[in-house]
Amino acid sequence: MADFGFRLSKSSTLDLDRIDTKVYDRLCDTDPDARTCMACGSCSATCTAAPFSGMSMRKVILGLQRGQDVRPMLSNCMLCGKCTMVCPRGINTRHLILSICRIYDR
Amino acid sequence: MIYEGKQKIWSDYQKEIPDDHWYFVRSCIRQNFFPASERMFTEITRNRLGKDIYENPYHTTCGGIAYHCDTIPQETVMTIVARQFALMTEAGYENYVASCITSFGNYAEILETWREFPELEARIRENLWKACKKEFNKPKNLAHTSDLIYHWREKIAELGKFRLVDKETGEPLRIVEHIGCHYAKMFPHKAVGGAEYPYVLAGMVESWGGQVVDYPERRHCCGYGFRQYHVKANRGYSVSNTHKKFESMEPFHPDAIITNCPGCPYFLDRWQYVIAEQTGKTYGRNGFGIPVFTYEEIAGLILGYDPWDLGLQLHQVAVEPFLDKIGIEYDPKAKYLGLNKEDIMRPELPTSLKCF
Repeated sequence: MADFGFRLSKSSTLDLDRIDTKVYDRLCDTDPDARTCMACGSCSATCTAAPFSGMSMRKVILGLQRGQDVRPMLSNCMLCGKCTMVCPRGINTRHLILSICRIYDR
Repeated sequence: MIYEGKQKIWSDYQKEIPDDHWYFVRSCIRQNFFPASERMFTEITRNRLGKDIYENPYHTTCGGIAYHCDTIPQETVMTIVARQFALMTEAGYENYVASCITSFGNYAEILETWREFPELEARIRENLWKACKKEFNKPKNLAHTSDLIYHWREKIAELGKFRLVDKETGEPLRIVEHIGCHYAKMFPHKAVGGAEYPYVLAGMVESWGGQVVDYPERRHCCGYGFRQYHVKANRGYSVSNTHKKFESMEPFHPDAIITNCPGCPYFLDRWQYVIAEQTGKTYGRNGFGIPVFTYEEIAGLILGYDPWDLGLQLHQVAVEPFLDKIGIEYDPKAKYLGLNKEDIMRPELPTSLKCF
């Protein structure tokens, strides 16, 4: 394959009829405040693990809404709870992470 | 496509296009990408249709390319445009036609901004006077060169030697029309047919005998998008956009693509080579790509100009299968002969994309 210094990116198109939102739906049942997230990214901006691991609570919620597997990202969380302190919507994001892990464990 | 619905939309977006006396300004990049296109515009309009198309050799860039790359402020661009309008006023013209889609969008944006903020227009007039002691009138009519070819499309069809028809089967050729983003997406009312289904190229294709192909990503950007391409690190994004379009149009088996923007034909043409080198995939028949043309090149072919005088040898994707389908004669040996039959050398052939 010729190397041009750039290459085709994988399409980020989502087929909304095919995505599996089971994990997100269960999360909203146990922690309804997940629905109030407005994706401002305050949690990601303050995350201690983010700079060296790519952890982002905003991306975790977005990934669940899109039916993607967010476990690799969650495994980087240290449960320090700083994200919970800065959330302008008052979402207990630390608890959300624990709930998501519990759903996956089941 | 529900054709009647589109006709209703098209009839809602019609603009006044005067029949004669236009002040013509060129694009910064078209003559490098497709060297005969602008030349063909003046040739067809002046010599074949007998129209008054005036060009002042002192006109410059409109500044749109730097504006859309975020390298100069809009006030500077406005002052450059004010000087262009001053040259038009000095020449005694009121109708302004630009060859570049971004220029067209730039002029439309500036005229609209001045209409909304007259104090800004006053400041620009002052800037222009301080810079070069010139004054200007705003154009009464603003058009893109494709608007004019659209306006005269039936006359071109009457004068034409060929039609966009398969000479073997008699079926209309399947043509994808691709409109530059800055033509209609910013100001739909300045375009022929609006932003969703602009009619400017579709009208030409229909008048010249072809059939317009509708496909899901029809209004998607070609991928050029200035900052996407000019920064090398972003070119993967640029080529991915083009890839998305080709994947979407492939099932409809188009014979050719017609475009009206400086960047679109270049990128839809050249990226086919890059996609083929990276993935091994080609989108035309028998290993060829889908040829991409400017509307002037198609008009030139219809009128019977020699394909090599139209600069078609500078396309990446081979145009010969398309010419053969219509029945346009050409001399394969003359493909790489330039002015005075001088050899301009043959390019290296790609590994995946079939070319001559």
